[in-house]
Amino acid sequence: MTTLSNQGKIDISCWDGTISQHEFHTAASAFAERWNKFNAALPQCSWVARPKSPYLSSTSKESCGGGDDKEGEEELSCSRFQEDDFIDGATMLQNHDDASHHYDFHVVYNASYRVPVLYFRAYCSDGRTLVLDDVEKSIPAISAKLLMLSKWTFITQEDHPYLNCPWYTLHPCGTSEWMKMLFSYEPAVDHGGVAVAKYLVSWFSVAGQVFGLKIPFEMLSSIGN
Amino acid sequence: MGSKTATEAQKYVWEGAIPLQIHLHESEVTTLPPPSPALILAPRIGYLPLLVPQIKPFFSSTLPPGSDTVWFEYQGLPLKWYIPTGVLYDLLCAEPERPWNLTVHFRGYPGNILTPCEGEDSVKWSFINSLKEAAYIVNGNCKNVMNMSQSDQSELWRSVLNGNLEAYIRVSSKLKLGLGGDDFSIKLNTSSLKYRQSAADAEASATIKAGRIPVRLYVRRVNEDFDDVEDAPLVDNWDKVSYINRPVEIHDNGKCFTLGDAVKALLPELFPDKSLPNDSMSLPQVEDGEGSALEEASDTGSARSPEDTGESVRECQDSCSLSETADVKLIRIQGIEPKLEIPFAWVVNNLMNPEHFLHISVYVRVQEPITV
Repeated sequence: MTTLSNQGKIDISCWDGTISQHEFHTAASAFAERWNKFNAALPQCSWVARPKSPYLSSTSKESCGGGDDKEGEEELSCSRFQEDDFIDGATMLQNHDDASHHYDFHVVYNASYRVPVLYFRAYCSDGRTLVLDDVEKSIPAISAKLLMLSKWTFITQEDHPYLNCPWYTLHPCGTSEWMKMLFSYEPAVDHGGVAVAKYLVSWFSVAGQVFGLKIPFEMLSSIGN
Repeated sequence: MGSKTATEAQKYVWEGAIPLQIHLHESEVTTLPPPSPALILAPRIGYLPLLVPQIKPFFSSTLPPGSDTVWFEYQGLPLKWYIPTGVLYDLLCAEPERPWNLTVHFRGYPGNILTPCEGEDSVKWSFINSLKEAAYIVNGNCKNVMNMSQSDQSELWRSVLNGNLEAYIRVSSKLKLGLGGDDFSIKLNTSSLKYRQSAADAEASATIKAGRIPVRLYVRRVNEDFDDVEDAPLVDNWDKVSYINRPVEIHDNGKCFTLGDAVKALLPELFPDKSLPNDSMSLPQVEDGEGSALEEASDTGSARSPEDTGESVRECQDSCSLSETADVKLIRIQGIEPKLEIPFAWVVNNLMNPEHFLHISVYVRVQEPITV
C-alpha cells in the first residue's frame, strides 16, 4: 500500500511505487496542464471524465461533467498524434502508402495494480486500424525501445476499460517497480517526499519512450517540490 | 482457496456445466443439407475457445476454404472469449436458456470488437495473466505466480482444462492466495453428517484477514422494467454492460463483511444512504491531510465502519436500499442468486473462479429521466 503523507507527497523511503485513484487524479491534472503548456506543437491532452456509473446515464460514452462524478473514473486522452510527432532525432520515414497514420493515447488508472496504464491505438486517415506490425515498421524507434523496456513492460491488446473495444496497452505489472526506481533518483526535499504531481510526468518519461515521445525538460522542472 | 480439500460448494462449482447448442453461422455453410448443431456440455469455469476441438468435427466438412479464426456469438452479440463461460451465461441469459443457443463462426473475426484469440494459448495466457493480477491484489506482488515451476504451471492449467478440482487445489494451495477462513462454513458444517467435510472447513477457522479481494463485476443495464427476469431485453451491444474490474477492500474491524457489503462497496451510487442529503454523497473538499482516509475509501470502494473516518460516510445498511432512478434487479454468481447476508469470505472461498477472481453479474434497471 502506498504511504500517503500529508501534503500530497510520497514518502519514497517506504513506497511501493503505486498511487491511489485520488493521487492519479492529482498527478494527471498536473500532467495535462504542463503538457498543454509546454508541448504546444503536439496534440493537447484533455480529461475525459467517464461517468462513474455509466449504467445510470443513457449515453455512457458521453463525458459527465461535475456533480457526483467528479472523482469517478477518468482518463487522460491525447488524440490525433501523427508520425512526425514521434521524431526521435532521426529523419522522418515515409510509410508505404503515403497515408498518414494517427495515434490516440489514453491514460487510465488501474485499480488492481494501482498504477496508470497507457492505452493507444493507431489508425489511417480512412479510419482503418493499424496492426502492431505496421506501427513498428513505421516507427522503427519503437522496436528498439521495446526491446530495452521489455523487462519492464510489453504491449498487448486488451479491451479498453471504457470503450469496450480492443486497444493496445503497455502491461501494468512492472510499472510500480520502475516508478519506485525512478523516484529513488529524485533528490530528497526539505519537506520529505516527492510531489504526487510529478508521478505522471515521470511515468510518461518512460512510457512515452516507446513512441519516442520526449518530455520537455520544462515539464519536469516546473513541478515544484 | 485456503483449505487442502474441496468444500461441497467448490465441487458443485467445478462440476457446473452449461448445455450448449452451437449453430454454424449460415454464411459459412457450404453444403446441403446444413449441418446439425453441435450439442456440447461447457464447464462453467471454462472458456468458449477451449471447446473448439470438440465443436470443429461437427462442421469441418462444410466450412468454406480458408484458415480458422473462431469466434462465438449470442443473438448477434460477439462473445468476449476471456470471460468464463458460466459468467457469460449468467450475464447474457436473464432467464436461463437450456440448451443455450450460440452461433459459431470460423471466418471473419471481428477484430474491431474482439481482441485476438489464437486458441488455447491465448486463453491460457489470459488465465495466467488474471492469476497474476489476483496475486498482485492479494499480496502486493505477483512473485508467487511468476516463480511457479513450469511443471506446476502446466499442471495448474491442465487441472482447469480438465475440471480436476483436486489437482487444482494441490497446485494452487502452494500459491498462498487464500484469504483465510470463514466461520460461516464451520457453522454450516457442524450439523453436516459428513465428518470429512467438517474437518476440511474447520481448518479454515481463522477469521477473514484484512486485505484486497479480486472481483470482476458485470453490470447489465436494462432500461425497461420487467417483472419476470425472462422479459429482460437482450444485450445487443457491450456498451450495455459495464465491466468493473476493481478489488474489494476488507478491513479487520471485527464486523462480519457480507456479500451485500461488497456489492455496495463496488456500486455505492446504487445504494445511497437516504439519511444523507445529496450534497454529502460526493467527496467533501478536504485538505490533503484529512482527506487521506476518505481518499482511500473512494479508491478501492471499501466499506468502512463509521468510526474509521472523521466525516460521515455512507453507512452500510443491512438490506438493499434503492436509489430513485436505478435499482438492482438481480445479483448472480456461478448461476445462483446468493442471499446478500452471506459472509463475503464464504462467497469468495467457495464461488470464485480458478484464476482467483470472483465474478458477479448484476442486473440494474434504470429509469429514463422524464424530459419535459
